[in-house]
Amino acid sequence: MSCACLDTRSGVSPYLQLIHQVRQALRLGLLSEGDQLPTVKDVVARLAINPNTVLKAYRELEYEGLAAAKAGVGTFVTRTDGSLAAHGPLREDLTHWLAKARTSGLDDESIEALFVTTFRNSTSSARNQAGNGAAHAPADSTPQVTGPTGHVRSE
Amino acid sequence: MIWLTWRQFRAQTIVTAAFLAALAVTLLVTGLSLAHLYDSSGLATCHGPGSCGPLASSFINQVKGGLSEKVFYAGIYIVYAAPAIIGMFWGAPLIAREIEAGTFRLAWNQSVSRSRWVAVKLGLIGLAAMVTAELLALMTSWWASPVYQAAAAARSDSLSIARIAPPLFGAQGIAPIGYAAFAFTLGVTAGLLIRRTIPAMAVTLAGFALVPFAWPSWVRPHLISPLRESMPFSTARLDEVMIGAGNQMIVGDTASKPGAWILTNQAVKPDGQPFTGPPTQACLDRGVQACNAAIGRLHLRQVITYQPASRFWAFQWYETAIFLVLAVALAAFCAWWIRRRRLT
Amino acid sequence: MTAVLESTGLSKRYGRRQALTDCTLSIPSGHVTGLVGPNGAGKTTLLNLAVGLLQPTSGKIEVLGGHPASTSEQLARVGFVAQDTPTYAGLSVADHLKLGAHMNPGWDTELAERRITQLGLDPSQKAGKMSGGQRAQLALTLAIAKRPELLILDEPIASLDPLARREFLQVLMEATAEQELSVVMSSHLVSDLERACDYLIVLVASRVRLAGEVDELLASHWQLTGPRCDPAALPGDWQVISASHTDRQSTLLVRTSSPVADPTWAADHIGLEDLVLAYMSQSAPQRAEAAKPSMEARQ
Repeated sequence: MSCACLDTRSGVSPYLQLIHQVRQALRLGLLSEGDQLPTVKDVVARLAINPNTVLKAYRELEYEGLAAAKAGVGTFVTRTDGSLAAHGPLREDLTHWLAKARTSGLDDESIEALFVTTFRNSTSSARNQAGNGAAHAPADSTPQVTGPTGHVRSE
Repeated sequence: MIWLTWRQFRAQTIVTAAFLAALAVTLLVTGLSLAHLYDSSGLATCHGPGSCGPLASSFINQVKGGLSEKVFYAGIYIVYAAPAIIGMFWGAPLIAREIEAGTFRLAWNQSVSRSRWVAVKLGLIGLAAMVTAELLALMTSWWASPVYQAAAAARSDSLSIARIAPPLFGAQGIAPIGYAAFAFTLGVTAGLLIRRTIPAMAVTLAGFALVPFAWPSWVRPHLISPLRESMPFSTARLDEVMIGAGNQMIVGDTASKPGAWILTNQAVKPDGQPFTGPPTQACLDRGVQACNAAIGRLHLRQVITYQPASRFWAFQWYETAIFLVLAVALAAFCAWWIRRRRLT
Repeated sequence: MTAVLESTGLSKRYGRRQALTDCTLSIPSGHVTGLVGPNGAGKTTLLNLAVGLLQPTSGKIEVLGGHPASTSEQLARVGFVAQDTPTYAGLSVADHLKLGAHMNPGWDTELAERRITQLGLDPSQKAGKMSGGQRAQLALTLAIAKRPELLILDEPIASLDPLARREFLQVLMEATAEQELSVVMSSHLVSDLERACDYLIVLVASRVRLAGEVDELLASHWQLTGPRCDPAALPGDWQVISASHTDRQSTLLVRTSSPVADPTWAADHIGLEDLVLAYMSQSAPQRAEAAKPSMEARQ
């Protein structure tokens, strides 16, 4: 699995970060069907977090159908989330857009800020349209991108 | 638990073994030469005080003033010092060090109960203490046996060595076993209550010092009722004439009980009161013959209370038993205290 | 679910000083419990009572269903690392392992040696010559290798540098996962415990102020900001932990099990550290009931 780090300052719980990291790895093709997720023991030995946190994350992945636990052996990926590799045309469009942004004189930080604000606006309007309540954190929210230097992780 | 006791006691074991070995070598070398001297003096084959007396005198005079006399007294000091040192260096740190370093929190959270922990430690090291002290007593007694035999053969007042009397008594027989057990458990208890090693060592030393100093005066003489004897005061055995301030005169006879422990020795007047003066004129004038005659005319009696030499082993058993009982009581107290009371 | 530690009205007094007052706790098994509170709050007292180094003044405490340190079986089921991680300065690492092997029937030699190798400790080095972090790891290894069901640690990382702290927690969490241990760990810093603990107890001035599963606590506490309000007008099922008012605004920390639907309040969850601080700065000690483990959190 990719970088075994947790961002303790992002305000996102380790549980959610773990789930997100696995989903991200699936999207990027770093994990494919049949691969074994790191054992609970290995994860906590690296990250020094509570084993129950890892267990809960793996159970959530199981619930979403992304992984399955085999008793006594470990937890294995059951399906990939539609690898991003399949989205070639979208990637091309994005590359074009980035080129246009650069030629219009925006620097990297401005490009990122433009993307983030547009992304957030579109997400919240989508949520308002769906009419959810006021104060729940949805179980599968992607972690909020923090600050101007926070990157969406993309290894 | 046994391994742990040994491992924590390892340094003391090595030091003690080295010391015992060095002492054994010294005593062996000097003791053999002393035994050789004894053999060549003819005391082994003599009969009766008449013939043995002069042989014994000459033997003991040869011993006196030389290295052997120093070794003799050194042996006695060592046997008395050993329980004190054991109490201070084996007993006091036993629990106090664990408390000072906080390691009791490690030791008492293994799967061994506290009672077992203290029982094994007290038992094994207490046993080592008793064995060490008794070994020292046996070695020094073996070394000194020619001297004792010579004194016994002579059976005279001037050459008597009273093994039942202090200070020799505590350095012989089995008494050191009781002393060692007592000093050790005294040290452990002091360490447990005071919780700091150095003060506990000081208290142990002070407490144990009662044994060679106060105990023989206050308690031991009364363990068995002393014998009392009254005889005419004889100027032939006159031992001292003292003229003091305030018109006082004290006279004393030798007690003539070879090997006995003389508790009191007084010259009393015919009416039963101790004789304290006034000084006779003849004695003030310093004429020996006239003074003796004057004293003789006073018709004094000599009254002694004493413990005879034959009671040596009775006293040894009593002494050892008493100190062993004290040791067991202290050990039981320690075990109770550790189980019940807070130590953090 | 059985409780690893259960106390009822537990109190401890030293002379005139009340170290622990009326503590009623029920710590469930299978959790890593953080015991947090300022220095002098009574954490060490509580843990010493749990391992039988102290006797209660009143009330009672049961650990793994048994009286603390009552029998050698009971001692074998509970591992303890005391404050400042005591070790024998004159004994080497190998000697300490031998100590463990001789004094614990359940000792796992292979596990102990594997850990020592993993940690890179030299078996012949005397404990007195090791760094604080190494001594802490040695003490932890001793506690873990006797294969207890419950591990109790009294401020084990307080005097360690950040790297040693991280390594200690890594070893601890790995052992927790591997052996299915329950852990009770105290600290005066929440940040030490945040990553590792899923059950929390806040102890302040000898009393338990808060106890419960971390997920449930975080989900049931809300930071509410809104227009100046009348405290008496708040809903009955809101437990106000702290409140501050300006002329026009009120900020409340509230505990409630029902969702906050009132749109006049801007509601936000707060982090664990802020939550603990809020409880630690309460002036009036409140009796906090141990939160019942919420079944929904355990899907």
